[in-house]
Amino acid sequence: MSRTNTVDGLSAETSALVIKGRRARRVRRPGQRSTSLVLAPLSFIAVAVVLFALFFVWPGALGLWYSFTDYTGVGTPDFIGAENYVELAQDPDFYVVLGRTLLYTVLSVPLHFVAALGIAVLLTSTAAKGKAPARIIFFLPWLISPIVAGVIWKWLFGENFGMVNFIIELAGGTGLRWETDPTLALVLILIVSTWGGTAFNMLLFIAAIRNIPRSYLEAAQLDGAGGWQRFTRIVLPLLRPTSFMVVLLTTIGSMKEFAMVQALNGGGPGTSNMFIVQYIYRTGFERADVGYASAASMVLMVILIVIAIIQMRFDKRNDLA
Amino acid sequence: MNAKRWGIGSTIVLWLLALGFLIPVAWFLLSSFKPGSELFSLPLTLFPKDWTVSGYETAWNRFDFARYFLNTSIVAVVTTVLTVLVSAMTGYAFAKYHAWWLKAFFICILATTMLPTEVIMPSSFAVVRDLGLYNSLAGIIVPSIITATGIFMFRQYFKTIPDELLEAARIDGVGEFGAFWRIMLPLARPIAVVLAIFSFQWRWNDYIWPLIVLRDPSQYTLQVALRSIVGADNVDWSVLLSASVISLIPMVVLFAIFQRQIMNADINSGLKD
Repeated sequence: MSRTNTVDGLSAETSALVIKGRRARRVRRPGQRSTSLVLAPLSFIAVAVVLFALFFVWPGALGLWYSFTDYTGVGTPDFIGAENYVELAQDPDFYVVLGRTLLYTVLSVPLHFVAALGIAVLLTSTAAKGKAPARIIFFLPWLISPIVAGVIWKWLFGENFGMVNFIIELAGGTGLRWETDPTLALVLILIVSTWGGTAFNMLLFIAAIRNIPRSYLEAAQLDGAGGWQRFTRIVLPLLRPTSFMVVLLTTIGSMKEFAMVQALNGGGPGTSNMFIVQYIYRTGFERADVGYASAASMVLMVILIVIAIIQMRFDKRNDLA
Repeated sequence: MNAKRWGIGSTIVLWLLALGFLIPVAWFLLSSFKPGSELFSLPLTLFPKDWTVSGYETAWNRFDFARYFLNTSIVAVVTTVLTVLVSAMTGYAFAKYHAWWLKAFFICILATTMLPTEVIMPSSFAVVRDLGLYNSLAGIIVPSIITATGIFMFRQYFKTIPDELLEAARIDGVGEFGAFWRIMLPLARPIAVVLAIFSFQWRWNDYIWPLIVLRDPSQYTLQVALRSIVGADNVDWSVLLSASVISLIPMVVLFAIFQRQIMNADINSGLKD
């Protein structure tokens, strides 16, 4: 009892003060704790916040501002209202470029998806032989940069010197116009991007397939479900989150395709396979029409946001946050 | 019987596909060992009739490859170290602390995947220029440090570590930073390794930032240098093929060393929860 009233032989008054002080400190403790619970995470994210502000918010805001000016990269930008957007809306070149980019995206997403999923299924099936070396082969393109990928396929599909046309001619046909026919050039771009993009998506699918409990598949087999049924009724639904991710990432990746095409055919023949990022690059850097290029950027940004929102809607179990 | 046929069928399909993936690379690799005169001489042969490394010698002598290698290595290594560090700190804050502003910033970070910098190239360039980073390697390094993927990977990983561990550390008087440095970061080593490999690959193969930031050929990274060869009016294929092969070597070495980590990387762990 006495311990609560006196402290280490001090007088009653002093003891009371000390106890009061201790209590006060005890009361303040959670307060201190919560300051450190604010300061600590704040300093953990500080660098990222600064970089985010500098390289995402600032360029975004600046791009929006430029899109309303006649900025050419030097001098001061003059406000010209929505003129760039009006001009863009009437620019047939822009529609061609946008249409080509969308066509490419619509074709490439299913292609990437089926290739990656199909190969992942083969590589995880118990039936196929030689899976380990095959997996390394499928993964090789991941090591190769888009520029070198363009070089490799340009070499293989060269109109006058490529091995593919050589073999076609050897078989009695006439070489295909991979470089001078816009449609064939687009087909080639699709082949190359699928070849290059499969590795990463395949890894995602392989990991997801391995996470499917074997017992589900065994139970289905006992119930008499065939291979195809097991795939469509069990595997595919369970891969949904991964599929969503692959589709979303491939869509965005296709919309901003640039480097590989640069090395493969430069968006050719002529400008027939010019995609939107190349268009922005040309307008902004080669023609130095920064205002106009920024307006195109803003349009692309809105398109990407719309695509992302639509896809999020489709993914009901979206719990990223 | 049926299962056996199924097995043979899928093996054949698998290997036909694998061949399709391999042939372009093999043809490219074998061609790089042909002398310039043999590259276009019909009939084409798969293997060089006359093995030579003359293309490599020309490529190495005509271009300042040592410098491009050095530039690219500096960019890739420095960015990777910073990316891993910043991603770990940021992901840790997202996983272990709770506040509305952390949630808001997390959504901002996720939004960066939807709105990559390529999209706003002209103004990104203006920002780099105004910061005085134009035509310097720092101009490629600094903007590439934050990646949503890296932050996300660490966040998901740290979420799996029980909060009790952190509470215990706090009770023992370990500060918030000490807990991160001495307890959490060492635990997250597998994630750090995977992210480091990925980040190195992204930066080694990056094209768009070096393209808009670097003007001086002495600052060029490998990808920009290669693009200047392939974009020339008269492509010197002998040099281009060898130069491209040389640029692949570091990635191949990296893959050979970390093959197990790369192939088993459960990048999904970030995505499925």
